[in-house]
Amino acid sequence: MKQKMNQCSEWLLERFPLSDLWNEHMAHYYAPKNFNIWYFFGSLALLVLVNQFITGILLTMNYKPDAKLAFDSVEYIMRDVNWGWLVRYMHSTGASAFFIVVYLHMFRGLIYGSFKQPRELIWIFGMLIFVCLMAEAFMGYLLPWGQMSYWGAQVIISLFSAIPVIGDELSLWVRGDYVVSDATLNRFFAFHVIAVPLVLLILVFLHIVALHEVGSNNPDGIEIKQSKDPWGHPVDGIPFHPYYTVKDIVGVGVFMFFFATVIFYMPELGGYFLEHANFIPADPLKTPEHIAPVWYFTPFYAILRAVPDKFAGVIAMGGAIVVLFMLPWLDRSPVKSIRYRGGMFKKALALFVIAFVGLGYLGTQPATPGATTVARVLTAVYFGFFLLMPLYTRWEKTKPVPNRLTTQPSLEDRIPALLALVDEVVEVQQVPDNIGGTIAKKRPNWSGISAVLIRFAKNLKKSLD
Amino acid sequence: MKKILYTLLFLLPFNVLASSGVKLDSADIDLNDTMAMERGAKYYVTYCLGCHSAKHIRYKRIAIDLKLDEAEVLKVVAPFGAGIYDQMHSAMNAHDAEKWFGTTPPDLSLIARSRGADWLYTYLRSFYTEPGKSPLGVNNVVFPDVGMPNVFWQLQGSQSAIKQKIDGQDVITGLKLDQPGQMTPQEFDKMVNDLVNFLVYVGEPVQLERQQMGKYVLFFILMFIALAYLLKKEYWKDVH
Repeated sequence: MKQKMNQCSEWLLERFPLSDLWNEHMAHYYAPKNFNIWYFFGSLALLVLVNQFITGILLTMNYKPDAKLAFDSVEYIMRDVNWGWLVRYMHSTGASAFFIVVYLHMFRGLIYGSFKQPRELIWIFGMLIFVCLMAEAFMGYLLPWGQMSYWGAQVIISLFSAIPVIGDELSLWVRGDYVVSDATLNRFFAFHVIAVPLVLLILVFLHIVALHEVGSNNPDGIEIKQSKDPWGHPVDGIPFHPYYTVKDIVGVGVFMFFFATVIFYMPELGGYFLEHANFIPADPLKTPEHIAPVWYFTPFYAILRAVPDKFAGVIAMGGAIVVLFMLPWLDRSPVKSIRYRGGMFKKALALFVIAFVGLGYLGTQPATPGATTVARVLTAVYFGFFLLMPLYTRWEKTKPVPNRLTTQPSLEDRIPALLALVDEVVEVQQVPDNIGGTIAKKRPNWSGISAVLIRFAKNLKKSLD
Repeated sequence: MKKILYTLLFLLPFNVLASSGVKLDSADIDLNDTMAMERGAKYYVTYCLGCHSAKHIRYKRIAIDLKLDEAEVLKVVAPFGAGIYDQMHSAMNAHDAEKWFGTTPPDLSLIARSRGADWLYTYLRSFYTEPGKSPLGVNNVVFPDVGMPNVFWQLQGSQSAIKQKIDGQDVITGLKLDQPGQMTPQEFDKMVNDLVNFLVYVGEPVQLERQQMGKYVLFFILMFIALAYLLKKEYWKDVH
């Protein structure tokens, strides 16, 4: 029996480089040993991708891409298909989870300089994945054929008509009709289930191949290949398998906990993951009072609305994404990681985060004059962060970068400090109870809280210098 | 910089206030109360189904979820002639509806998910007489120029609006009961609550099951995390 097995594996390995592939990308792929919590989101994005593929395939088995049947077929899945509700919620929650994970993954790249030389191409592939993901999410959102599906698509496709000369013809060509209709639904279905996923899969493959060619960055922004042991392995590296496979499984567990909480207890997440108005079937004759895209598009939607001219708004919205592609060449700092960068970059990044989150919030709200003013300021901050980057990163005073990786206290190491912090902000009082003893009563300790807050503010100020 | 901060500080709260409309009363929703949902189902068939279908739910499903006998559902809930596998279809056809009301009354299977329980609870109790307003002679506080008559007028009685001039505009500050109906206000509120309870259930029949399932799933995942963490610790012992 054992001999037979060996013969089989020999037969295979003579014809296919299975063990070479495994070694190159898993067992002998050396990753820096100091990955922190930010490094979970790459593998989680892959997990969500697989979730979307599997649940998506199951959904297509009962979904009908027909303007007359689409809405009812989704409700049929929710009610009459065995476990259909679970599959549908996994897919709808997965869409939002995908963006949460990818935004955090991109932010990781931003703070540790993972986009910088020699990893520019990884960043470009990643950005292409992000653009594909937006297309995939946008077209997928039309499929349930609810009011928000319909009017969201109507608004976004009509943006093409803002382009001079060819605009109207172009938007007609995209829709296949004068309004969003059955023709639009059918082509979006084709793109959503075949074309875009295929491109997405190829791009993910290229993203990982490019990553494994140059090796992973790390929270210190140091190239681990610069210090090797006599056998040619990076001293600060550990094989991806088994070390990071077992570590990522923990991340998968924690992710699944949050994912399952949403699916089983709050699948609409207060109207952010599934909008309330999307439970009304699409009606081309009834425009909803307030059309808002799903949360992951709202920062870009707010930028679109912030610009007074429609065409200029479209350019600004496109520019907000294009400018991300140019990031590797906008950043002129010799240092990769935020740990050794100067105060300028940290402050700029803080402003950028405020702008991005602020725009995201404003994109969900109706455009009142006040909100538009704020959105304009935040749009300026958003673009300022990128377009002024060549200036402020060149002038900033960086800190010396160590030659070898540093180790920061892990989450477990921080537990005693956290407990001490809890003790500091809680005041325990012995209060007599009615049977003659005393009971310990816990109250907030205001002087402790203010001390903690002051310390936090001081640390924050120091870390921003 | 300071200006930006002030703009941020002062404008954001105003936006929050601007988006709120009429204050809604909160409905008391309990999906474990099958008795309330059964009453709600009866009210739905009696008062709503004449115009509004709920085509995404079947009588069979109601029997299963409300733990009722199939024959009983057909006898006490479903309209005469309906089968157990039938969806809750309305007897009124779309053509007639268009002729009589100018529009087809919407299907209410998902109304609780698009409008919310509190909105429904408040809406159904907020009709008031306004002669000459429309052929129906009624209006609604949370749905101005409503196209639906007050189907509960016999039970609720008739209400009229208490109006006040604020900034030169007539604003409705409350409703008063002019003529009592067959039910006391407390009885009527409870009845509407039962109906809304049923509509919330119809919006997503699986919701109770999914919440009950959730705790086992989360418990399993917690066990999984604990094991995965121990495995990681074991492997990473020799990494320094």
